[in-house]
This record gives sequence, C-alpha cells and structure tokens, in this order.
Amino acid sequence: MAGGKKKKREDQLGLFQTPSKARGTGLRSSKTSTMKHNEKPQAMAKKTTKKTTKKTTKKKKQDKTDTSPRKENKRRKPRRRQSIADQMAARQREISVSEFFTKNRHLLGFDNPAKALLTTVKEAVDNSLDACEEAKILPELEIFIDENAEGRYRVRVVDNGPGIVRAQIPKIFGKLLYGSKFHRLKQSRGQQGIGISAAGMYSQLTTGKPTVIISRTSENRPAHRFEVKIDTRKNKPESTDSEVSWDKPHGTSVELEIEASYRGGKRSVDQYIEQTAIANPHASFFYRNPKGEEHTYERLTDELPREPSEIKPHPHGVELGVLMTMLKETRGRNLRGALMKDFSRVSEKVALAICEQAQVSPTARPKRLGPEQVESLHRAMGMVKVMNPPTSCVVPIGEDLVRKGLEHGVEADFFTSVTRSPAVYRGNPFQVEVGLAWGGSLSSDDLCTLYRFANRVPLQYQQSDCAITKAVGETDWHNYRVSQARGALPSGPMVILVHLASVWVPFTSESKEAIARYPEILKEIKLALQTCGRRLAKYLSAKRREAEEGRKRDYIEMYIPHIGIALKEILGFSDRRKDAVVETLKDTLRRSRKFK
Amino acid sequence: MAGKKKKPPLVKRIEETAKKIESKALAGQKPSMKFPIRSLANVRYRPRVGFFELRGKKKERTLTVGTVKTFAQTLRMMALSKELIEQDDMATKREAYYVSKNWEQARFAEQNESDAVIDDVEALFRVNREQMGFVPEEKGGEVAGRLVVIDADRDTGKKLRIDCTKFGSGAYSIPISVEHLEFETNAKFILAIETAGMFQRLVKHNYWKKANCILVSMGGVPTRACRRFIRRLSDEKKLPVYVFVDCDPYGISNIYRTLKVGSGNAAHINEFFCVPQAHFLGITPDDIDKYKLPTHPLKDVDVKRANDALANDPFIKHHKRWQRALQKLIDMGVRAEQQALAKWGLNYVIENYLPEKLAEPSKFLP
Repeated sequence: MAGGKKKKREDQLGLFQTPSKARGTGLRSSKTSTMKHNEKPQAMAKKTTKKTTKKTTKKKKQDKTDTSPRKENKRRKPRRRQSIADQMAARQREISVSEFFTKNRHLLGFDNPAKALLTTVKEAVDNSLDACEEAKILPELEIFIDENAEGRYRVRVVDNGPGIVRAQIPKIFGKLLYGSKFHRLKQSRGQQGIGISAAGMYSQLTTGKPTVIISRTSENRPAHRFEVKIDTRKNKPESTDSEVSWDKPHGTSVELEIEASYRGGKRSVDQYIEQTAIANPHASFFYRNPKGEEHTYERLTDELPREPSEIKPHPHGVELGVLMTMLKETRGRNLRGALMKDFSRVSEKVALAICEQAQVSPTARPKRLGPEQVESLHRAMGMVKVMNPPTSCVVPIGEDLVRKGLEHGVEADFFTSVTRSPAVYRGNPFQVEVGLAWGGSLSSDDLCTLYRFANRVPLQYQQSDCAITKAVGETDWHNYRVSQARGALPSGPMVILVHLASVWVPFTSESKEAIARYPEILKEIKLALQTCGRRLAKYLSAKRREAEEGRKRDYIEMYIPHIGIALKEILGFSDRRKDAVVETLKDTLRRSRKFK
Repeated sequence: MAGKKKKPPLVKRIEETAKKIESKALAGQKPSMKFPIRSLANVRYRPRVGFFELRGKKKERTLTVGTVKTFAQTLRMMALSKELIEQDDMATKREAYYVSKNWEQARFAEQNESDAVIDDVEALFRVNREQMGFVPEEKGGEVAGRLVVIDADRDTGKKLRIDCTKFGSGAYSIPISVEHLEFETNAKFILAIETAGMFQRLVKHNYWKKANCILVSMGGVPTRACRRFIRRLSDEKKLPVYVFVDCDPYGISNIYRTLKVGSGNAAHINEFFCVPQAHFLGITPDDIDKYKLPTHPLKDVDVKRANDALANDPFIKHHKRWQRALQKLIDMGVRAEQQALAKWGLNYVIENYLPEKLAEPSKFLP
C-alpha cells in the first residue's frame, strides 16, 4: 500500500486549509484579525492608487482624507470594532480533524452506512492497485467483508504489493492528508476521496477500533503488525508495532472495523468489485462478501499497463490558484524562463507571446508578480495558441482488454469495444474507451446498464449528473435499432461501458462521482459510442435477417399444408396426392429462398 | 346477372383453378393466381354503357414465402365457397370469418382480412359474392310508397304481396337478395334519399302520396342489394330515379356516384349493381346559394375527397358539370345537409323545395 498515498490536490486544498484557517482565526487575537481585515482594502487600494500616484502627488492632501478610512476607523471606532471581533473570537475555537470529518463525511464518501462500506473498500483497493502497479507487480487482491455484529463490519484487503516501510506506516494510515503531491500531473486512481486514513478515521469514530496493518517488504525481512489510531486533536498517528509471522513474501494487509450496512444490487460493493475487475484485467481478485459468497476474478492478461508518464501542466488547463503557487515556487529566474520550464509545450516564442498578451515583462521576477498581473497572465495563457500537450501520459485499458473484461464480467451474445485516440480538454489530455455488450442473459425490459469508469475506478453514484450519462442519452440509439426514450438511456439487453482516462479527471464535485460535461469530453464519448452503435446495428440487422429467414421458413411449414388441404377439398384427391403436392411445393419454395 | 341456381359453372371454374395450381405445384413450379386490381384506377367510365367497367389490369399473386399465407387462405376460401354452393347453403361474411378459425394457423385474425379475401375470390371469378354462397350482413335499405313487392313464402313458395303503402310510419326493408322479387306500381319516379331522417319526414307526411312516387332510404353509401333493388325496379317499371343527398363531397362522389355507376372496389359486378339512369336532384352547390342554406365549413378530408374525385374519378372526369359543381363546392369551402332546408320551416322541403326541383328535371345534374 506504499505508493497509494497520492492524494489529490483538491483534497489538500479543501480539507487541509479549512481547518487551518479556522484554527488561525480562532487562535489569533483581535489584532491579527484587524490586520487580516486590512489586507483586502490594501490590495484593492493598490489598484486604484497605482495609476493615480503620479498624477495626484499634488492632491496628496485631499487624497489623504479620501483614501485613508483605515486611519479614521482606527481612531473613531476602535471600541465597536473590537467588541464585534471579540464576540466573534469568543465563538471561534479550534476545530479538530475529527469534528471536521464528522461534519463533512459526505464530502469524503461516508454519507450513509452503505456508502461508507463501499468507500472503505474502494480506498483500500485503489491504494493496493496503485501500489502494485508502481512496483511493477501484477496485482493479486483479496477482499474480505464480515459482519461482526449488527451494523458492524470488518473489512480486510490484502495485496501482494511491495509492502510499506515501517516508519511510514503510522503516517500513511494515521495522519490525514499525508504524502500528497501538489501539482503533479499523472494519471492515477487516487482521485476517489481522501484516502485510506479517512476510512481509518471513520472506523475509529464509529467503532473505536484501530486500523490494523500487516506489511512485509521482502522475504528477508519480518512482517510487522501495526495498530494505528489517529490523535484527532493533533492529526497525528498513535501506533503499536510488533513483529508477526506472515505467509506472504511481500504485501500489505489492511483491516478496519466500521459501522456500515451491506446490501447487494446496484451500487453495492459486489458490483464495485465486479466492475473493478472488468477495468483492471491485469489484476486478479478474490472477494468474500458478508453472506459468505466467494467470487474469484482471474486476471485476463499478464501485461501490466504502461506506466503513465508525468506531465507538466498545460497553459490552457491551469487554474489561477495553481498558477499563483507555481510562480511562487518556480526555479525560473524570470517569467519567460519559468513559463518554459514549468509548463508543457511552452517554447520561448509561446512564452513571449503569453507575456505580451498579458502585458507583463518577460524578464519580470515570477515571485514578485502582483495578483492582478498573475490574473492577466492567466487570462493570456488561455488565449495564446499552444500546441496540445503530449498524450503519452494517458494510459487506456485497451480495446481488446475492454472487450475481454466485458466478456468475462457480462453474459451476453455480442461484444464490441473502441478505444479513441487521446484528445485534449482545457489543456488536459484524456482518452475515451467504450465497450458494449448485448443480448444473452441481460434483461431486455429495462434501460441498459451503464458502467462508468474514471482512470479504471468505477463510478457508482450520481449517474444522472455525469458527462458519460449525458453522452449516452444524447446519442441517437434509434439509428442502431435500439429503442430509446428522448434523451434517456437506451433500453434493451445492453451493457455500456465508458472509461475516461486522464491526468486530471474533471469531477463535478468533491465527492468525485460524476464527470463534468466538457464539450470535448462529450464529443469523444459520443464518437466512441457511435462506433460501437454502428457495430451493434450491423450485428442486430444480421440477426434480424436470420430471424426473418427463420420466420419465413416457418411460414412454409405452416401454410403450405393448408394449400394441400384446400386443393384436396376442391379436387377431392387422395391424401397421398395431397402430400405429394405439399412436399413438392415446400421444396420449390425452399429452393427459392436458397435454403438447402 | 347469372342466376343463383346455375352453380355448376362456378364450381367448375373453382375446380379448374385448383387443377392448374396443382399441376404447377407437382411440376415443381410456383403456382400463381391472377386477380383484377380492385381500385378506381382500374375502372373506365363509358357513358354509353353507363357504369364503371373493369379495365384489364391484374395483379398476379405468385406463391412465394411472402404470399404463402394469403395464397393458402384464398384457396381455403375457394374450397369453402365450393362447399357452400354444392350444399346450397350460405354463410355471412362474419360466419366465413368464424369458419376460418378452424383453419389453425391459416385462420384470419380480423374479419376485414377475410372480407378482402372474399372480395378477391369474387373478383377472380367475376361473380357476385352471393353466387359464391357469401352474404353480407349489411342492411339493404328501406322502401315506402306506391309499390307492391311480390316475394315468395320461404316454406310454401306461395306468392306474397307486400304493399309498401301499408307500413304506416315504418317501411319495407330491402332483403339481401333481390333477384327473385317482382314489382307492381304506378308511381312516376323513385326518390333515393341519403339520410334516414329525411326519409322519415317524407314518409310521415305521406309525401309519396302527394308526389306519386317510391321513396328509398339508402342510409349512406347504398349497399349492393339497395343498388340492385333500385336498378331492377327502375328497369322493369321504366321509372326515373332521382337522388336526394347532402351537398358535400361524400354525398356526391361516394353515395351518388356509387349508386349511379358502381364502385371501384367491386368493379367486376358493377354491371348489375348500379343505376345508370339515376339523376342528381339535390342538394346541389347552386341550391346553397339559391335557398340561402345554412352551411358548415368543409373539413380537410372533404376537400381532399373532392380534389381526389376531380383528379381520379373517371365519372367526375367525364362530366364537366360535375367538375364545375365540385369546384364550386371547394371554392365556397362549405357543405350543406339535406335537413338544412328546415331553416325555412320543417315542411319547406315537401311544400317548396321538392316540387320546385321536380318541375325542372332538366336541371338535375348527370
């Protein structure tokens, strides 16, 4: 589970900053808060004064009275301001991580007991898969869920990954937001919520039990068993460590006890594992659910997916906040150099064009740029024409494996799949894959089943908000002989699988269960769906023709005897004669249909 | 019209057709049957003959996988017909439909399917369906006035004299088969009326007494029996026939035209089932103006029907006066019902309209 701690920057922004901000205002006295208040007017004043300073030196006297409300404020209303600030300060106190967690558990995927179970399994499985892949090990996962008591479940996920170095274990499992990297752009699963430590936190809050980790890094070293708890006040781990014997040469086992509820059907853990197996054909899974049912998913390929390369942000896709941080942290001495160094596809020419467009000097020191300069730089970056980013950084499942995965996971008659070439939205490379299964034991009365994946992770909630659902609904399935209510999912015995691989999957919200509807993404998904749809239509019409032939063959069997009966009634000949007529007629007609 | 008792020829023809099919089948060929096309496009109007004549167009139904069902059904219907003729029995079209229910997969799902097959067989042999043993269920029409119909008692065969003046406020019903009827009358003309409502009014006020005529209620498009009844009565007693219908495309191109020259659908029997001597008394489009009749706007279907008649109906296409009349109707964009005359008083039709019209028979439309 070692490498699986790449948390997303949103997590860090959202989670880490919120408590610290709260803590800051809480701890500081009213003086500091005064300063904080003043920061904004200052910044604003800069804007106005900057242009006017030269002109208004003569009017200084006037200006003083006009533009120094601060001073007046300080003099005139110190008491009132302080009293409000004091009142506010009295209400402000440190928010512990656990409190924050309890209040925001829905952001992290722990809204309800059923979802909590899913999220816990998901975090552990995602981490295991990421770790194995990074260590170039073909993943073998075992997942066990047991009901300990009513509403209490023990989740255990065991992998054959590289194991985790002893010193890291407490931090990884006992400290929220440990080990995330800020602006690293690399395709990875770790986009589903906050990570395994959040699950540990949830476990601790609901059952009081520690997270139990067994890890072994090599055959030559002993396995270690850790019990990790989180000091929720300090966001620090507390752990015990002991050597144990373990039959695995290397790997990690994570065990959590949580308050949860288990159910089958849609959006269940069972489904999640099944879909994960489809999207990860290089991994094998063994899964035992609380009912004691065991499922084994063998790997379909012995080839690990290519390791996605890391890329620098593309000028078209960078967020303002990220840009600000990047400029602060850059090693480039001047702006031109910083742009060329830290962004992909920015040549000297492009860098100069951006600077010109933004009306910022290319030789300016990046760390010294004012906020409005950064802002105009950000705007300029979106306007200047830049070559699309390299697409080697996205790794699809692969057309064959998507189909194979479906063939293993779904009982159907017809399978097809398409992997599109990589495309780009807002400077972020992405790639779309679609798989389609039809017929067999699938139910033909309902709407089709839609499997959504982002970077090989199944998305199970918020289907209706997702770009994938929209693209499927907007595709005209009537063209492919599939019935569909206007704008809705098509109906029929069909499973549609859509996978979006990207260095940066644009989720609609923190809970990361629906993909935002960027036109480029919608277009790519639709094109892939259409290709699959055309193949399906071809298959269906061939099948229909076959059925039609069969029906016509039946017609011959069904109606020719009546011609015999009628002729016999009219002409009064013998049954033998009748049979002769019937048989020759059948032959004649069959020959005309080119049947044997 | 061939008499119903002459059955051997038809049976023979059914057998000949069956024989041909059988020998083709045994020779390993696809048998086929040729049917005249039953539509207005396949009829010709010749005023000298006076009715829609079938033109030569035929459709050939060759036995293929696509036609095997209808082919089988047609043959079984012919077998049923043969049986009916030989046993001197009859079946209504509904009964024929129910008989087919015993044909397993070859049965008909709806009666209109079996009706179409009966019509096909009828056209194939160019006979009337009654000759094949099939009778319709439709009512023939009603008669009142100075007429004695001579029918026969079913059991005894004794002659029955039916005096159509003695039905009071009721009327004599035209039977489905009218070939055996004889007539006695001294009326001067026959007035064929579209609606039962107008017929009732004329009967109630004994209009037939006043005008010395025979009133026939057609109740919409006249049935074959009704057409045949009027034809025979008119032929034998040399009576002119005047037709009194609503002034709308339906009354003109469906009711009146079918009565006078027959239908496109059953053109093979039009020769017997039409009344070429009929004339159109009213209500004409000119009457709407002349009598200032209250009107209703023409519906889309009416306009379509009128345009269709102008473009495709051989009868309308032959008569300039009718084209002018229909065109006028379309231009006015309105229609008027027979009963609209009630605007001027309930008995205006008896006291003014009909007498005025009958005074000038030359103004009747052809």
